[in-house]
This record gives sequence, structure tokens and C-alpha cells, in this order.
Amino acid sequence: MNTRSHYDVAIIGAGMSGLAAGIRLAHFGKKVCIFERHNAVGGLNSFYSIAGRKFDVGLHAMTNFVRPGVKGTPLGKLLRQLRIDRDEFALCEQKQSRIAFGPRGEVSLRFTNDFTAFESEVVAAFPAQADGFRKLVTAVRTFDDVSLDAAPVSAREVVRRHISDPLLEDMLFCPLMYYGSATEHDMEFGQFVIMFKALFLEGFARPFEGVRVVLRVLLEKFRAAGGERRMKCGVREIIAHAGRASALVLDGGDEITADHVISSIGAAETDRLVAEQAHAPTKAPRTLSFVETISILNRQPAELGWGNDTIIFFNDSSRFDYVQPIEQVDPRSGVICIPNNFDYGADRVLPEGIFRVTCLANYDRWARQPENDYQADKVRWFAEVQRSARRFLPPLAHDDALAVATVTTDMFTPRTITKFTGHFGGAIYGATVKHRQGRTSLDNLYLCGTDQGFLGIIGAMLSGISMANYHILQKG
Amino acid sequence: MTKDECKQVVLDIIADIAPDEDLSNVKPEVRLRDQLQLDSMDFLDIVMELRKRHGIEVPEKDYQQLASLDSCAEYLTPKFDALAGKG
Repeated sequence: MNTRSHYDVAIIGAGMSGLAAGIRLAHFGKKVCIFERHNAVGGLNSFYSIAGRKFDVGLHAMTNFVRPGVKGTPLGKLLRQLRIDRDEFALCEQKQSRIAFGPRGEVSLRFTNDFTAFESEVVAAFPAQADGFRKLVTAVRTFDDVSLDAAPVSAREVVRRHISDPLLEDMLFCPLMYYGSATEHDMEFGQFVIMFKALFLEGFARPFEGVRVVLRVLLEKFRAAGGERRMKCGVREIIAHAGRASALVLDGGDEITADHVISSIGAAETDRLVAEQAHAPTKAPRTLSFVETISILNRQPAELGWGNDTIIFFNDSSRFDYVQPIEQVDPRSGVICIPNNFDYGADRVLPEGIFRVTCLANYDRWARQPENDYQADKVRWFAEVQRSARRFLPPLAHDDALAVATVTTDMFTPRTITKFTGHFGGAIYGATVKHRQGRTSLDNLYLCGTDQGFLGIIGAMLSGISMANYHILQKG
Repeated sequence: MTKDECKQVVLDIIADIAPDEDLSNVKPEVRLRDQLQLDSMDFLDIVMELRKRHGIEVPEKDYQQLASLDSCAEYLTPKFDALAGKG
């Protein structure tokens, strides 16, 4: 009936952070099992197929790209910690990206993986801010951003010490918030530093085959190190005793025990699993969520006249509101991603054109729609989101050129995110309160992933590594 | 185990932990951190690989003994010998 198994470490969730934690622990001889409710790995950065066509869930670009030989950065750190050769990720660099503000994107700041290009753009567009911008960059470079117990400081406050033009200020915050921030309006300066380095001082890259490449590498490392993984097998309860997690009850009713438990599913999501807390009312947290429209095209987007931009962060006025929308979607700002515009090599292009647009969305306004209304809402907002984004791209030769080139479309909403990842409120960047040391109410239950606070694909892997090191490996 | 063999053990571990580092000119008397790009996460891994591969325990209070190859050899050689003695 109930088969008991014991592990040194049980990991809840086979996303980027759970897999990375698993690799560290398995490599150093811990008996590890990762439990994943879904039938696919990757969590918030997973993949799926429709009619034989492959899609990535979250990956626009991997941030933190540095060229071989550059040392001491997050990418290098995680490659070392996971014993991965950088060639295994086969990262291809972005061509160029842009921040575009104004009704037609009139104020535009281009950036590439070479920071001097961005610096020149800022100085040219905002000459009075040149000195302040350089001082801000120095403040970013000299800030210690990996301390797990630094006191929080408002990023807006720090940035305003150096930048006095609100337009430039918002243009800097826009990409960093979209890539990402769980908090509205502002963020901690520590997080600002991490994101500024990740996007501007380092850069964007993508494997030709997308997120699957990264996940394949992680899975193989984990398997080779002796890690176990159970798919379509979530954890439905954590049994606590004397302040410790004493057993996990799996979806099917089986129980397992473990000396340590690492949970990547989120803080509130984990709390809800802990048996003694099951009766506590769960106040729905205020979350930031998103919709994303995906168009698959029968040609390269550049052939439509859309140019080489890889990512465009857009906002249709001079003031940027990174806030939960009142309506279902806020199409005033967002992110355009054209995965074709990475440099995959002279003789390699993606087989089809891909045009993705992401906008802020309100989970509650989507969550309880009856199915017919939900589908109708998706159709309505698909059109609105793409119409909004097209203002920031060169106009097409004919009005219906995009429709003619479109082979198929897909869209995800906050509801999709919660459905497939279990994260509450469609949250992509977790809750507003982070648990930097990954501690919970139970001594041997730790958090990793978005609610520990390192965000993005690289961040998630580092989160799993850090929490595995800090709570389990360092303690011998 | 000789002190030179011990230094090689440490270099082999560093080669696996940090394959992008050039180890051909490492000076044994100079702190490793001053010659190579190694941070506290890397040193933690040296300690853990010593345990994993060789069964050697290095308590946290002794981490500074691993600062240079010479100090590694001074500190670790007796530990290797003690283990060999028990075999």
C-alpha cells in the first residue's frame, strides 16, 4: 500500500532552481529525489509542443551572457558549480535590443552585448545626464550584490541621486523590471544591480534550439550524478513534527521521508503543503503576472521589414507604470521578443519566424472567467497586445502582411501560468517578499527559486546552487 | 604521500572545478586567490572534493590552511598519511 523511501534530500519542483540544487547535492553523494507534478521539466521555463511544433514557455533570452574568458560573473559561477562546459549551452548572442518610449517609440536607446554601445546611446540622447549615468554605473559595479543579508535600499532613491531626468530613469527601470521584478513601481537597489549587470553589463543569448538545450544539459548532469526524478508525481503535503519536516505525502498517497527538503514551488505554495498550516487562511497575495502572444510566421521577421531587434522594451508614454493592471491587460508597455534575431551563425536561421509580445496582466481578472469568456478574452487581447507592439516596429509593407505571414498563434495568460506551474496568482517573479536565506517555519525545509529571490534562468540556477550549498553541503 | 603529490592532488581538483583557469604557472608559495580567479564557492568545492575523492575532512576553522599550494601540502599531507595508516 504505502511504500516508504528515504532520501537525504527531497526537492519539490523540477524547474531550473530545483534541477540545479539537485545536481549539486547528487554530485557530492547525497541521495536526492526531485518530485515534479507536471509531465515536463522546466517549471516557469518549460517547453511544450502543439501539432509537432516546439515552443518555449518563458525563455526570451538568457541574460548574464559574457564571452569566453570573462570570469567572476554569474554565468561562469554557475557553470563551475554545476561542472558544465559553456559549450554545452551553445549560446548565441543577441544582435541588438532596444528600449523605446513614446507613442511611436520616438525616444529609443539601443543596446547590445557590448556595454559601450549602450553608454554612447544614453550620452547621445541625454547629454545632461552623461556624468550622472556614469556615476550610477560605477555605483552598480561597486555594489556587493550577492550578500544574503544586505539591508534593503530603494533603487529609485539611489538612481535619483545620479539621474535627474525621469524619462531616462524610467527607460532604465523598464527592462530591469520586465526581466524582472516582483514589486510594483520600485525595486531593491540590490536587485537593480543584479538586473543591470545581467542585461546591460553582461547581455543576452539563446541556444538555437531554445530552453530544451539547457534543460537537457541539466537533466543529464543530474542523472549522471546519481539523482532520481519522479515525474507526474507532485508533493501534496509536508508532515511536520517538532519543527521539522518529517515526511512528504505524494500526489498518489505514498509517503517518503528525507533529512532535508528543498522547495522551489514558492513560499506561500510551500506553506500550504505544510500540514499544520493547512487551516490557516491563505490571503491571496498581490502578484504581477503577464500575458504573452506568440505568432509563428512563414518567413524571417526581418523579411517583413522588422529589422534585427532581438528584444524591444516598449512603453507608449514618457512615464512607465510597472503595476498590476486594473483591467485584464495593460498594453501600454511590454516586451517584444524576436528569437530569430540571435546570431546563430552564417548558415543557420530558425525554421520559422517567431514574434512574441508580453504585457502586464491581472490574474484575478482572468482566473475565474467561464471557459467561453476566457477564450473570447484571449482573442480580444491577442489583437490588442499585438496592435500595441506594432507601434514600436517599422510599419509593414501592407496592412495585412502580418496576417498573411502568420502560420499559427498561441497565447498564455496568468491562468496558464498557475495551471502549469502551480505558482499562485500567475506569478512569474514570485511574491513581493523574498526569503533570501531560503528559511521557512521548519528547520529542514528550505526555499529556492523565485521566492528565494534570484530571478531569471541564470538566477534560478544560482538560487538552487546557493541554497543547496548554504543549508546542506556547507554543513558537512 | 609526498608534499608534491599532495599539491598535485589539489591542482587536479582545481582543474575539475575551474577548467577555464590556466594552472601551468601556479606558484606554490603565493595565495591561490591571488593567482587564479577562485572565490569562496570554489574553495568550498575544493573542501568538498577532498572529502568526496579522498575522504579528507577539512573543518571550517581550517579553511585558511588551503590558501596556497604550499600551505595545502603542509596541512593535508599528514591527513593523507593518517588515512593511509588506518587502511
